[in-house]
Amino acid sequence: MTVAKWTAADVARKVIDNQELFILDVRNADAFEDWKIDGHQFDYLNIPYFDLLDGVEEVLSEIPTNKDVLVVCAKEGSSIMIAEMLSEAGREVAYLEGGMKSWSMYLEPIKVGGLQNGGELYQFVRLGKGCLSYMVISEGEAALIDAVRFTEVFTKFAEEKNVIITHVFDTHLHADHISGGRQIAEVTGATYYLPEKDAKEVVFDYTKLEDGLTVQIGASKIDVGALYSPGHTIGSTSFVVDHKYLLTGDILFIDSIGRPDLAGLAEDWVGDLRETLYKRYRTLAKDLIVLPAHFMIIEELNEDGTVSKRLGDLFAENHGLNVEDEAIFRSMVTDNLPPQPNAYQEIRHVNMGKITPSDEEQTEMEIGPNRCAVR
Amino acid sequence: MNITQTLDAKGFACPMPIVRTKKAIDTLNSGEILEVLVTDKGAINDFAAWSKAGSHTILEQKEVDGVIYFYIQKA
Repeated sequence: MTVAKWTAADVARKVIDNQELFILDVRNADAFEDWKIDGHQFDYLNIPYFDLLDGVEEVLSEIPTNKDVLVVCAKEGSSIMIAEMLSEAGREVAYLEGGMKSWSMYLEPIKVGGLQNGGELYQFVRLGKGCLSYMVISEGEAALIDAVRFTEVFTKFAEEKNVIITHVFDTHLHADHISGGRQIAEVTGATYYLPEKDAKEVVFDYTKLEDGLTVQIGASKIDVGALYSPGHTIGSTSFVVDHKYLLTGDILFIDSIGRPDLAGLAEDWVGDLRETLYKRYRTLAKDLIVLPAHFMIIEELNEDGTVSKRLGDLFAENHGLNVEDEAIFRSMVTDNLPPQPNAYQEIRHVNMGKITPSDEEQTEMEIGPNRCAVR
Repeated sequence: MNITQTLDAKGFACPMPIVRTKKAIDTLNSGEILEVLVTDKGAINDFAAWSKAGSHTILEQKEVDGVIYFYIQKA
């Protein structure tokens, strides 16, 4: 009996559509504990594949028969083996093609909303890694913000939309994922922007992303305006798009705030973070829709799968925006920080252009959960 | 080290290195040592977890020119 094969896109639909799913994760307990496929209505059983080599009979009673069952492992090999064993035992199960590796790489483009004269804003949700990238589209042109390294996803999407990518931005030098910005700019002829203060060590040409810079997209001249907002890094810059959306990079998330330590300067940058969150952002219109560069937990997803919330609501609800005492704030973002993202120093070096690992190596570096926030 | 048996699992991807190793270990007596050669990097964590689960001991582990050598003593 053959078993069904699901792609990461199939699983993404289950997450976004709020469907039920039972995941039998056959990786090691440590790997499962560290990082798994999150869904609103997912149930899990973690049993390493090597515990099932003598047969799956013992676990059959723990695997439901009234819902979809997906067997997941790191790359796919052991999940195929276990799925086949379950199938031989009479169960209908599927396995995840490419395993957690492909889950980490999958992006789902979702429309966030409209802009003037038919313009559109898309959010690319990388569910497995918690990364969010953006495309602003208007009348034949597009701007990209915080594009991840799967450049073809963006260039193909632009082709489908019949638009030319003219501006590519990174809000900061990323430490938790490899940027695709520079490569996309090379392929499309777009201008690549990076904050100068984060670009001290980069070994490629870029255009300085400066406070107050405004570029216009399309004939309707939709504004993408840069707002210097340091704290996660010294150069971190936010964007205000069409006077409607606030792209906060890694400074402000829906349920958390940015961490200041990934470039090794937590003590120096915590003051900047405070200033950005409690002063600079406070002067902005409360009706702006906040669009961060990451999410941490599945609860941050809206019903349509996007990650966004009104700035005024975040002022009221986000714990990181409601710490009155500066000393308490300071200790919150510098003491007891969560573990750093996998290979974050090497990832910074890739984003500086100092090293160019193979595609396989880049996948390995990016494995694991997103860890650029403080809750 | 007194190696009882050597298993060449080079070129195999997960789950085959562990599947073969389990078969080989099953033929050994308690205390005997199995040498396993693999090239799949994912095997490093898997061998550690599998050995622990079966109470086997990894006496030594080394990497030479992309080949990982495990020396596993059967429980």
